[in-house]
Amino acid sequence: MDKQPGFMKALKCRECGREYPLTATHVCEFDFGPLEVVYDYDKIKGALTRATIESRRKSMWRYRELLPTAGEPTVGLEVGFTPLIKADRLAKRLGIRELWIKNDTVNYPTLSFKDRVVSVALSRAKELGFTTVACASTGNLANSVAANAASAGLKSYVFIPSDLETGKIVNSLVYGANVVGIKGHYDEVNRLCAEIAGKYGWAFVNVNMRPYYAEGSKSMGYEIAEQLGWRLPQHTVVPMASGSLLTKIQKSYQELTKLGLVTDSKYSVHGAQPTGCSPISVAQKAGLDFFKPVKPNTIAKSLAIGTPADGFYALKVMKETGGAADDVTDDEIREGIRLLAECEGIFTETAGGVTVGVAKKLIASGKIPSSDSAVLCITGNGLKTLDAIMGHVGQPREIRPSLREFEAMLESENKSAISA
Amino acid sequence: MPVNVRIPTPLRKLTNEAELVQVNAATIGDAIAELQNRYPGIQDRLVDENGEVRRFVNVYVNEEDIRFLQNQQTPLKDGDEISIIPAIAGG
Repeated sequence: MDKQPGFMKALKCRECGREYPLTATHVCEFDFGPLEVVYDYDKIKGALTRATIESRRKSMWRYRELLPTAGEPTVGLEVGFTPLIKADRLAKRLGIRELWIKNDTVNYPTLSFKDRVVSVALSRAKELGFTTVACASTGNLANSVAANAASAGLKSYVFIPSDLETGKIVNSLVYGANVVGIKGHYDEVNRLCAEIAGKYGWAFVNVNMRPYYAEGSKSMGYEIAEQLGWRLPQHTVVPMASGSLLTKIQKSYQELTKLGLVTDSKYSVHGAQPTGCSPISVAQKAGLDFFKPVKPNTIAKSLAIGTPADGFYALKVMKETGGAADDVTDDEIREGIRLLAECEGIFTETAGGVTVGVAKKLIASGKIPSSDSAVLCITGNGLKTLDAIMGHVGQPREIRPSLREFEAMLESENKSAISA
Repeated sequence: MPVNVRIPTPLRKLTNEAELVQVNAATIGDAIAELQNRYPGIQDRLVDENGEVRRFVNVYVNEEDIRFLQNQQTPLKDGDEISIIPAIAGG
């Protein structure tokens, strides 16, 4: 099917190792294990140096040999290379020596890390000849599929739980996508999509295109290492929904090490979940290597996956790298959102509040030592989840356009500040 | 009692490409055994060497995951619909 596989060799089952051709397929026919792209690392080593990467434009595609397209990418060429911010004020508040924010709240074009995975999935879908793309989504992915499909001239269907935040629904509809709200939680949306994907010849980015799609997340890890001056961070805190991003961050660090682009150094990858949907975190804290599915109930809707597809592998990665997991309540999520906004001027969605809240807990408990350095992966923009924070950040004071009223207001506030 | 089983794409080679199969069974465990009678080899794909449903296989009865019901002991009634779906999707 594929005459020019680029740097890819095959798809391979993570469970039993059986290999498959590079088509739109995601599970092993034998044991239903996930298929993963296998690369020709010798060929990549000959083609990819720090100098080559640095000479390219500032997007995720500067690492294109490590991303699963056969030819040059065609969708999302400007995605990625988001800022890595040194967060000194937040570091002080959380009590750690050095802290960095990987700021995907400003990823192009739809303000979440999902543009990374969609850029890969749609580029690959076009190579395989698809004209309709689709996804099961908690919101951010739907936004990204809708926008990137529109710009690529592809037809799109996005399936979401019908009770999502208004911002995320409007952000899909505006691009002309076919938005289907399912009366159920994400796991039910996902099950339906798995059935639809088996029946219709569409490229479901996170079903039959999943082996390619998931690889897009690696670009976040490559960028972190390059932006730190080609070194791996001691600690990376990653939000977990399916657990896929966390596993791909580890893979990106492993690949950079294998290719000699960074020196081999110890790193830990930590996972963050909301308490209202924490199957992976609960299992990690109990020392288990399997998880129990849950029914989600949290304001962090983008992380509300009760049956996380990569849960087993996320647990394995944390174990291998000495990472830990924890979870935070809805109030702690809002506090995390405010902390990041007030200290660093970054407005994250609920998932980012989860990441900040869990980082705070892991630092306080010493699981991330206060003398170390950490990177927090902030994956989505706060403007999309206004519903979650509305009413928790105070109200504007209203006065008439009168200097006297303004001064009276300041005076009364100063008085109450002094008496407080 | 007769129930309908939706067969996922990766298993249709075993069912002669049938998407929907009717079996007579009182529980999920019975249904899997009955599928094995009709389509030898299918049981190995669904269940591991300890008799547990494989970790990357999700089984639903009328849209509910059997892990929230009684796993393989989940009782079935006339007309129930069983879906077998690869767990790896989404996220």
